[in-house]
Amino acid sequence: MRPGNRRLMAAGAVVMCTVMAIGCSSQSGDGGKTSSGKTTVTITYRDDGIGEKGVLYKWIKEVASTFPDKSIEIKPTPIQASEGDYFAKIALALKSKDTAPDIVTEDTFILNSDAAAGYLEPLDERLKGWKDWSNGSFIEAMKKGVTASDGKVYGVPYNTDSRGLWYNKDLFKKAGLPEDWKPKTWDEVLDAARAIKAKVPDVVPIWMNMGKATGEATSMQTYEMLLYGTGERLYDDASGKWVTKSQGITDALSFIETVNKEKLGPPLSKVLNGQAGNTASREYLPKGKLAISLDGSWIPGNYLDGGAAPWPEYKDVLGFAPMPTSKGQAPGSITLAGGWALSIPSNAKHKDAAWAFIQYALNKENTAKLVIASGNITVRADVSKDPAYTKMPFNEIATDYLKNAEFRPAQDKYPEVSTQIQAMVESVATGTSPADAASKYAQDVSRIVGADHTMEK
Amino acid sequence: MSSIAAAVPGRTRKNRTWIYFLLPSVAIMLLFFVYPILLTFFYSFTNLALTGESAKELKFIGIDNYTHMFKDPTVRTGIWNTIVFLLGSAVIGQQVLGFLIALLMKRKNKTFRRIIGTVVLAGWVTPEIVCALCLYSFFGDEGTLNAILGFVGAKGIAWLYTMPMFTVILANIWHGTAFSMLVFQAALDDVPSEIEEAAVVDGASRWQILIRITIPYIKDSITTNMMLVTLQTLGVFGLIYAMTGGGPGTATTTLPIFMYNQAFVNYQLGYGTAISLLLLLIGIVLSLFYIRSMKS
Repeated sequence: MRPGNRRLMAAGAVVMCTVMAIGCSSQSGDGGKTSSGKTTVTITYRDDGIGEKGVLYKWIKEVASTFPDKSIEIKPTPIQASEGDYFAKIALALKSKDTAPDIVTEDTFILNSDAAAGYLEPLDERLKGWKDWSNGSFIEAMKKGVTASDGKVYGVPYNTDSRGLWYNKDLFKKAGLPEDWKPKTWDEVLDAARAIKAKVPDVVPIWMNMGKATGEATSMQTYEMLLYGTGERLYDDASGKWVTKSQGITDALSFIETVNKEKLGPPLSKVLNGQAGNTASREYLPKGKLAISLDGSWIPGNYLDGGAAPWPEYKDVLGFAPMPTSKGQAPGSITLAGGWALSIPSNAKHKDAAWAFIQYALNKENTAKLVIASGNITVRADVSKDPAYTKMPFNEIATDYLKNAEFRPAQDKYPEVSTQIQAMVESVATGTSPADAASKYAQDVSRIVGADHTMEK
Repeated sequence: MSSIAAAVPGRTRKNRTWIYFLLPSVAIMLLFFVYPILLTFFYSFTNLALTGESAKELKFIGIDNYTHMFKDPTVRTGIWNTIVFLLGSAVIGQQVLGFLIALLMKRKNKTFRRIIGTVVLAGWVTPEIVCALCLYSFFGDEGTLNAILGFVGAKGIAWLYTMPMFTVILANIWHGTAFSMLVFQAALDDVPSEIEEAAVVDGASRWQILIRITIPYIKDSITTNMMLVTLQTLGVFGLIYAMTGGGPGTATTTLPIFMYNQAFVNYQLGYGTAISLLLLLIGIVLSLFYIRSMKS
C-alpha cells in the first residue's frame, strides 16, 4: 500500500466511525412516569432562542407550580427553531408515539392541516364536560379557528392577534410627519417612508418580513395584509378554488418591489434570516432605528418588564395605525387575525392528564396572565373585561381592529401554499419581477392543490 | 485474482464459510442503503406530505413529481447553481489550490511542511457547521472582513447578499482543500526524482517538467481525486444552509438545499424525494464519466 493511500484509508476510517457513532446514538425515550410515580405531561412550544426568558416558558412554569393535581408533573419540551422550521419539526414529532408530546401549541393556520393528517385528538367529547367552553366564557367566533373542516374541535385557543402599522412617533416628528398617523392608502404609507428616508438618515423607513426564514410571518403580516387590502383573497370560498392569478397579487407584489427598489426597507441581510422578526421588534424599533413596522399586535409584549427587550417608554413613543386598503376602498383598513391553541396529539401518552392541565391552564386567571405577558389579544370574553388586561396600552385599539379582521383559508393545503407565498415574496424582495414571481407561484400552487382547484381572476 | 483466491485457504469452491462472514455487511447494506433508496424511489411517485390529508392517505400520482420537476424553473436554477458550486469550489478551487500547495511544499524542509500542512488541515478537520459559522461571521455585515475594510477606510458590503455564491464557494474551498492536498502530496511523493533530475539535465524548464512529466505521472490520482471531491461537493448541505439558507432568493439554492426546502419547509416529501433521485442520478452520471475517463 502506498503511503498516500494509507493516509486516505485512515482518514476514511475516522470519518466512517464518526458517522456510525453519531448514527447509532439515540435519545432515550421518556417513559412518562418519573421514579416517584408521577405522570409527566410534556408541553411542546416554540422557543425563538431566548430559552428560560421566554414568556411561554415562564408561564408554563408558573401555572404548573399552582396546578392542584400534584400527581401530574408538567415538563416544558420546547423546540428551538425559526418560525418556518417549527411546524415541520412539530409534524415530524407528532408522527410517532415515541416523540409526540402530550400537549402541543398549534398555530391555528396549521391546525386544520395537522388534524387532517390525523396528528391531533378531537376534543369535542372532553369539551362537553368543561363548563367554560359552553357558558360563553370563550368568544364564539374564536372557536371557528380551532374547528377543522370535519367540524370537530382540535384545540383550545389561548390567544389571537391583529396586525397593523407600528410607528415611532419621535422619528415621525423629526420627519415632519403627524404623530397621530392614519394613512388612507398604500401611497400614503410609501410617502411617509420616503419622507423618513429623506429627512432622517440611517433609519430603516419601513420593515416588513420578506424572507422564507420568517415563515408564516412573511405570509401573514406582509403578503396577506397587502393582498387582502386590495380586496382579493387567497382562496375563493364560493368556487372552492385557490386564486393563482389576479390584479391583487400583482399589486401586492409591486408594493414589495417598490419598498425594495427605493430602498425603503431593511437591508436584505437583516430581513431574510430567521431572526428578522426579533431584530425589528426587539432591536430596531426600541433603539429608534426603525420608523414603521408592519407587524402583529403582540409586539409590545417584548417591552414589558421581564419581556425580551424591556422598554418602558414604548407607550408614548409607539403608535399603532391601521393598515389601509390599497386605494382606500371600503372598509378603509384591513387586518388579519390568527392565534394559537393548545392541542393534544393523537400519539400523546397521557391524554387525560394533558386535558386536566389544559382546562386549568386556560381558565380565566391563567389565560389572563399569558395574554398580558405576551401582549396578545384574549379569546375569552371574561378576560377581555379584566381591568389588568384592558389597562394595557394598545390592547383596546388592537381589539378594535379585529372588527374588520379576515382569517386565513381554513383549508388543509394552506400551510403548503403559504410556503410558496414566502418564496414568492423573497424572490420579489431580491429582485425578481412581480410578474415572474407570480407565475412561478401559480405553477407551484397548482401542483400542490391540483390544477382543477385553481382559478384566475 | 482468482488464482490468489484459490491459493488462500478457506476461499476454495468447497469451503464457503466466507459467505457467512460477508452476510452481516451485505445485510447492513441492504437494510440501510438499498432499502431506503427503493423506498425513496417509491415515494417519488406519491404525493406524500408532512401535514394535511396527504400525510394520512398516500396517493400514487404516477410521474407527476417528475413532470413538474422539468417544468419547475427553480430546478433549473438549482442544477445551474449546483454546477457553478461544483466547478468553482471543488473541481477548480479545491483541486487547483490543493495541487499548488502540494507542489510548493514538495521537498521543502520538514518544519515548513508541517506548519503549512496543519494550517490547511485545520479547515478540513473543522466540522462543516463550525466552518459555516466561522465564515458567516467573517463575511457578515458586522463581520471580520468588513471590520478590516473599515479599518483601511473602505466601506463594507453585505457579502452574503451581494455575492452569495462567491462566499459559499470560498467557504467550501477553505473547508475542503486539505483533502486534495493530501491526495496530491502522496501522488507527488511517488514521482521518481530521477526522472525529473534527468529532465533538468536535458534542459527542461520547471514548467515543462510540470506539464510533461509530473502531471501525466499523477493523472490517475487527479481523476480519482476529481471523482471524490465531486461526490463530496455534490452533497454539501450544512455549509450552504447555515451561511445563506440557499438565498437570497434562490441565488445559492443548490439541489440538496432545494430538496430539503421542498421536503421539510414546504412539507412536500414526495416531491423532495423525486429531487433527491435527480441528485443521485447526477452523481452516478458524473462518477461513470470519471471512471470511463480513467480507463481511457
